[in-house]
Amino acid sequence: MNHVSVNPDAPYVVVRTVHLEKQIGDREVLRDVSLELGTHATLAVLGPNGAGKTTLLRVLAGIWGPSGGQLWRFDKPVVGEVRTDARIGYLGHQSFLYPALTALENLTFYGRLWNLDHPHARARDMLRRVGLTWSQNDPVKIYSRGMLQRAAIARMLLPDPQLLLLDEPYTGLDAEAQEFLDHTLITYRDRGGTTLLITHNVQDVLRISDAVTILIGGKLVWWAPLGGWNPERLTAHYQECLRGGKGYP
Amino acid sequence: MWVAMTAFGVMVVFLFAFALETNRVRLAPVFPGILWMAFLFAGIIGLGRTYAHEVPEDALTGLALAPGDRMAIFLAKLTTALLFMLSMEIVTTPLFFAFFSEPWDGQWILFGMTLVLGALGIVELGVLLSAISANLRSAEIIFTLLLFPLEIPVLITTVEASTAILSKPMADPWLWLHGLMAYDVIFFALPLLLYEYLWEV
Repeated sequence: MNHVSVNPDAPYVVVRTVHLEKQIGDREVLRDVSLELGTHATLAVLGPNGAGKTTLLRVLAGIWGPSGGQLWRFDKPVVGEVRTDARIGYLGHQSFLYPALTALENLTFYGRLWNLDHPHARARDMLRRVGLTWSQNDPVKIYSRGMLQRAAIARMLLPDPQLLLLDEPYTGLDAEAQEFLDHTLITYRDRGGTTLLITHNVQDVLRISDAVTILIGGKLVWWAPLGGWNPERLTAHYQECLRGGKGYP
Repeated sequence: MWVAMTAFGVMVVFLFAFALETNRVRLAPVFPGILWMAFLFAGIIGLGRTYAHEVPEDALTGLALAPGDRMAIFLAKLTTALLFMLSMEIVTTPLFFAFFSEPWDGQWILFGMTLVLGALGIVELGVLLSAISANLRSAEIIFTLLLFPLEIPVLITTVEASTAILSKPMADPWLWLHGLMAYDVIFFALPLLLYEYLWEV
């Protein structure tokens, strides 16, 4: 398969991996992953449980180092000890918030951690943007799953990142919140942002992505730009890939 | 956390005082052992929860995503735990001396040094093991089972150094204090080598 390449003609490449590998213990979780994302680009990653999707995101974010291959971020190779980057926004399975603190306290804390100017004011503004002003002084432990996800999105967007890495961001969101996230991600891409998101939902892929790739057994087995695909065709193709169907396009 | 540690330390003082009838029995020879056992147990109460606030929503990953060296997270946890441990010692040590009728006339600078070095030895290992076991099932059991045997050198050196300092006339505690210092240096350096690897556990 050719390496995944979304908007490579952009002014600069935001993230690039070349034959990236990641081994955890004896298990090779990522194998030969090559992808390239420019600015103004959204790539969706589909894959079954245990395919290595979260590991891919954690390696790209710099939480874990790769075991082999090359990693480039913001047009520069990442050499030596892999580090996170303030320009990356990461949304994981959990919110990364402290349950005993209020949403406002949590975001102010993260704002200080990121050395942002006026962290309290930025935290308030971000909570207003995600529609949580009414509950910003409540401890996060009483939040519903959807509210927690909104607060986590606010945390992710707080440092105004240039690359978003989203791990199943639509989980637990109601229709209104989904619409909000769609709007946020589309606006973000239009302003030049780059997004790589993991999802199991083909509808999510088609709504907001420019391209989709399928990760199975730690390997990107297929990718395509999304023009001309509909949910039925993409679902059928995904299922064929899962069955190990012959001849990926 | 330090409130729970201190409350536990104070309760141990009272329990030992009542159980051992300290007003009738002379406990000077075993006093340092009782003191450091109490500190170790009180320390475990707090140290086991070093990362408890980060676990429910994986805030540790949130901290790791922030710019800067991740070692700062460990050092911050270590500093906080040490301050909590020292606060607990400051409150409970005079109570121990009072309830066990131990004379308060030793080499207090050396005894203070033993308290600080001993607290450091307990928290260095405790914070490291807490980081290792934070995301594991049966974290508390693993933490306790690993902590006790590895803290034995701290317990031996602190008890022997305290015994030497509190004895009349004072014996030479430096052999034990040097041993304690060596332990502290080793368990300060070990996390610096292991901490990056621990993020992937």
